[in-house]
Amino acid sequence: MKIDFQHHQAAHCENGVASNLLGFYGIRLSEPMIFGIGSGFFFTHMAFYKLNGMYVTSFRIWPGLIFKRATRRLGIKVNRRKFKSPDKAMQELDTLLERGIPVGMLVGVFHLPYFPKEFRFHFNAHNLTVFGKEDGKYLISDPVMEHVETMTYEELKRVRFAQGTYPPKGRMYWIESVPQAVNVVPAIWQGIRKTATDMLTIPLPMFGIKGIRYLARRMRKWPKRLGEKEAALNLSQVIRMLEEIGTGGAGFRFIYAAFLQESAALLNKPELNTLSAEMTAIGDAWRNFAWHAARCFKNRDRGETTYDTLASMLEGIADREEILFRELRQFKP
Amino acid sequence: MKLEEVPQDEAFLIEGKIRDVCYVVDKDGHYTQALSKGWSPKNEAMRLAWDLVYEEAEAIRIQVLDGKLSPIAFYMKINVMDEHILATYMNVPRRKVRKHLTMKHFRKLSDDMLARYAEVLNITPAELVDVERIRTIAFTHED
Repeated sequence: MKIDFQHHQAAHCENGVASNLLGFYGIRLSEPMIFGIGSGFFFTHMAFYKLNGMYVTSFRIWPGLIFKRATRRLGIKVNRRKFKSPDKAMQELDTLLERGIPVGMLVGVFHLPYFPKEFRFHFNAHNLTVFGKEDGKYLISDPVMEHVETMTYEELKRVRFAQGTYPPKGRMYWIESVPQAVNVVPAIWQGIRKTATDMLTIPLPMFGIKGIRYLARRMRKWPKRLGEKEAALNLSQVIRMLEEIGTGGAGFRFIYAAFLQESAALLNKPELNTLSAEMTAIGDAWRNFAWHAARCFKNRDRGETTYDTLASMLEGIADREEILFRELRQFKP
Repeated sequence: MKLEEVPQDEAFLIEGKIRDVCYVVDKDGHYTQALSKGWSPKNEAMRLAWDLVYEEAEAIRIQVLDGKLSPIAFYMKINVMDEHILATYMNVPRRKVRKHLTMKHFRKLSDDMLARYAEVLNITPAELVDVERIRTIAFTHED
C-alpha cells in the first residue's frame, strides 16, 4: 500500500516534514515559509549544558517547535502520540497508513541505515515521514535525502525507539484536519513578531542576540580555560552546528533571508527585500567566520586567526543582527 | 551566498553520498535551492570529531590488551556511545555499565548479558569476548 505522497528534499528535517505533509493536504508552502511562520530562527549558546562533552550551541529553536507553531498559526489540527511499547507503536503506524494518512515521526539518527556512517551520532530529534509499505518495507520520505528511502519493520522500530538523551519513544504526529482556506498573511506576521521578540528581549545572557555576544565573551577565554585541544573541539562543534546537514548554510540565516524575500511579495512590503539582502550579507559573515574558525582549529595559521579575532567577528555579527531585528520588529501590517 | 559560489568540496568522509540543500541567491537576486557536496570548514569539523573518537579508542585499545578495561569499553567508544547512552540501551543502571567496563567484572558476565551487550554494540557475542579481535580493528575515514 502506498499513499500518493510527494517527497521534496529540504535543508532541514523538521521544515521538510512539515512542508511535505502540508503539501499532501494541498497547502503548498516552501521550506523557508514554514521556517519563518514557525519562528525557527534563533540563537543560543548553553554553557551550562553539555552534549557529548561539548557545550551546546544552536542556531534554531528547540526541536518540534517549528512544526507546532507553524501548524497552530495556520489553523491546522495535529494529532500526536508517544508509546511505551514498540510493537504497539508500529501497529498504530500501520493502522494510520491503512487509512491513507502519511505519518511524521521522531527518530534517532544513529541506526538510520541509509545515513553515511560519518553522520551517525546519537542525535534523537530527527524527523521523517512514513507514507506507505511495499514488500514488507516502509516507504520513508526523509527530507534531507534526495530520494525516497525504505526501512524494514525492525529497522524502523529500532530508530523510533533509540535510547540516550531525549529518547523519541516512538513519537509520531499526523494532520487531523486542515481549514478550508489557509490564510498565510497573519501567520507570517505572527512568525516574524515572535522571532524578533525572542532574538531581542529574552532577559538571559545565553539566548538571542545576547547569546551571540555571550559566546564571543566565552570564546575569548577558551584557550586559557579549556586548553588548546578542548578549545579547538568546542570551536569545531560551533561550526558543525552552523554548517552541518540541515541548516541550508550559515546556521539558517540564508533560509530566513529566503523567507523574508518571499514574505515581501506576499505581504506587499518591498522594504522586506532590503532586510532579506542584509540577512544574506549576515549569512555570508557567518560563513566567513566559519572559514576562519576552521583554519584556527586546524592550527593552520596560528597567530593570525586567534580566538580573540573570532570573538570580535561574532560581536560584529551580533551588532548587525540586532539592527536587523530592531527594524523587523517595527514592521506593522 | 550566490548560486555560483555553492561549495562542492567533496568530503573524504561522505563521498557525495549525501548532498545538502543550500539556499542561495541567483544572478537576479532571487532565492533558490542548490545542492552542495560539502564545504571544507565543515568537513574539517567533522573530521576533528572523528579523529578524537579514534584517538580515544586507540588509548582504550591499549588498556584492553593490557587486561584493564573490557572490550565493552572499546566497542562503546567506536559506537560513539558514552556510559549513559549504553546504559539506556541496555536498560541497566549506569553504575553497572561502569563496572562492566573493567576486565575484572567483564569476565563474570553471564552469557545472557554478553548477548545483550553484543546486540547493542552491533557485533556477535563471540566477537565481543574475542579480545584479539580488538587488535585487528583499523580506523579509517573511508568505510
